[in-house]
Amino acid sequence: MTPLLTTKGLSRHFGGLRAVDGVDFTLMPGEIRAIIGPNGAGKTTFVSLLSGRIRPSSGMVVFDGADITAMPAYKRVRLGVAYTFQITSVFANLTAFDNVALPVQRTLTDGRTKGQVRSGVMAALERTGLAERAGTLAGQLSYGHQRLLEVAMGLALKPRLLILDEPTQGLADSEIDNFITLVREIARDAAVLLIEHNMPVVMQLAGRITVFNSGKILAEGTPGEIRANAEVQDAYLGAAHG
Amino acid sequence: MRNASPAKTYALHISVIALLFALNFVLPDYHQGLFARIMALAVFAMGYNLLFGYVGLLSLGHAMFFSAGLYGAGLTVYHLGWGVPEAFVAGVACGALLALVIGLLALRTSGVAFMIVTMMFAQVFYLLILYFAAWTGGDQGLVIQQASRVIAIGGASFDLTDPTVRYMSALALFSIILLVTLAVVCSRFGRVLVAIRENEERTKMLGYDTVANKLTAVVASGAICAASGAAYALLFGYVGSSFASVQYSILPLLWVLLGGAATTLGPLIGTLFMYYVTDITSGFTSAYLLIVGVALILLVLFFPKGILGSIRERWLRWLP
Repeated sequence: MTPLLTTKGLSRHFGGLRAVDGVDFTLMPGEIRAIIGPNGAGKTTFVSLLSGRIRPSSGMVVFDGADITAMPAYKRVRLGVAYTFQITSVFANLTAFDNVALPVQRTLTDGRTKGQVRSGVMAALERTGLAERAGTLAGQLSYGHQRLLEVAMGLALKPRLLILDEPTQGLADSEIDNFITLVREIARDAAVLLIEHNMPVVMQLAGRITVFNSGKILAEGTPGEIRANAEVQDAYLGAAHG
Repeated sequence: MRNASPAKTYALHISVIALLFALNFVLPDYHQGLFARIMALAVFAMGYNLLFGYVGLLSLGHAMFFSAGLYGAGLTVYHLGWGVPEAFVAGVACGALLALVIGLLALRTSGVAFMIVTMMFAQVFYLLILYFAAWTGGDQGLVIQQASRVIAIGGASFDLTDPTVRYMSALALFSIILLVTLAVVCSRFGRVLVAIRENEERTKMLGYDTVANKLTAVVASGAICAASGAAYALLFGYVGSSFASVQYSILPLLWVLLGGAATTLGPLIGTLFMYYVTDITSGFTSAYLLIVGVALILLVLFFPKGILGSIRERWLRWLP
């Protein structure tokens, strides 16, 4: 099977800081991959390079066999690389409906989906349990619902790769359970790349885990392997637990 | 727009147009003329509102698009002897072309820099008009004779200097632009424009080429403002450089802010309000600008979102 996404020697320097430093990374279709690592390890910079929000200093990004290193972010989205923001950035002054209508009409314009804007929006809102709040201004939704709306917008883009940057941050425990079910559903159609600090969520969801430290990949493996890895214990898990 | 049925929205706008139509037969001569002027200039405000209200781009140079239409229509009639329809199209085309060029350059900036760059280009445009005084008439301007302002359609001819023809022509243009802006803001494109205003970075990450969308909006806005300018030249017969001065870049901003930015009917209300406050107060005192100023301050204090914007916020959430 050909990988959905690979990076070769991907680097991004901010002045003297090597935020991402020569990363070789491979993601297979249908995979749920978690990226973990201490704060400042370069996780968000790395996924920003994948989504095209920032340009790499060197290296390349290949998506579905095509070199997309120089491609602007909006074109990558049309190819199926969707990114949901770490800090909730739904359109606060628009209704939940209009928030989701934007990605839905995008896929319709691109000819990647067919049908009406309304039905596409309601489908995505129903999947995330927000259908009853379609007419509510996004800024008036609870924090947890705003996060779900963010996911609904990602879903509505019909991604082949969905990048979720700390999606469970600020969610209540009950909401996290729903969220795990939702991600599993998404993974039926798309690969999911998840930056996550909540270890129980990572261990339940991820097929494989990539550990970042100081801009480099420190380790990669199944949840069991990562848990047993001494280096990871030192760099991250150990620190997190005392 | 929040869950409004399109039928209700269109009914409201058609009613406004019907009301303006009826006013032609009721208004005294003086007010009939004033309304024709207000409707023509409300088109200018609507064009400005498309960019400022919906996309959130504050331009301080829209006088150049208005006067591109004004001169595009006026000069082709005056020097080339073109008919009214051709001259109108020439005016709109000039505005659209100018907007395309200015858009390509100015959209490299945003925020305050965009304001300054647009203002600068408008100033260049103004000075060019003065420089080419041999053709433009400079600060004296040009008067377009009555004989040039007659539209012949088939056997019938319409004299734009006739008050009723002038009123109806202004109303026709106003109605078309009102319905077009309504259709645009309720469309998918309109939704993207608002999204850019709210959060451009996020809009990009939903797959939108925000620069291309903004450029389209600048061109549409420029073309609408030029249509207003072209109509103004043909309806009122005067083409002058004062319309390209910075005052005419500030006025549409004021009209839109007063009426309510990002509301379809706000530009009309703002233009109407400003014209009548000025008109009424100047009848009482020579210090009328003082009263206009106080009225503006009161409005900003109690209706910070403009007249229609505040009404929408408080009572009529469904207004587009």
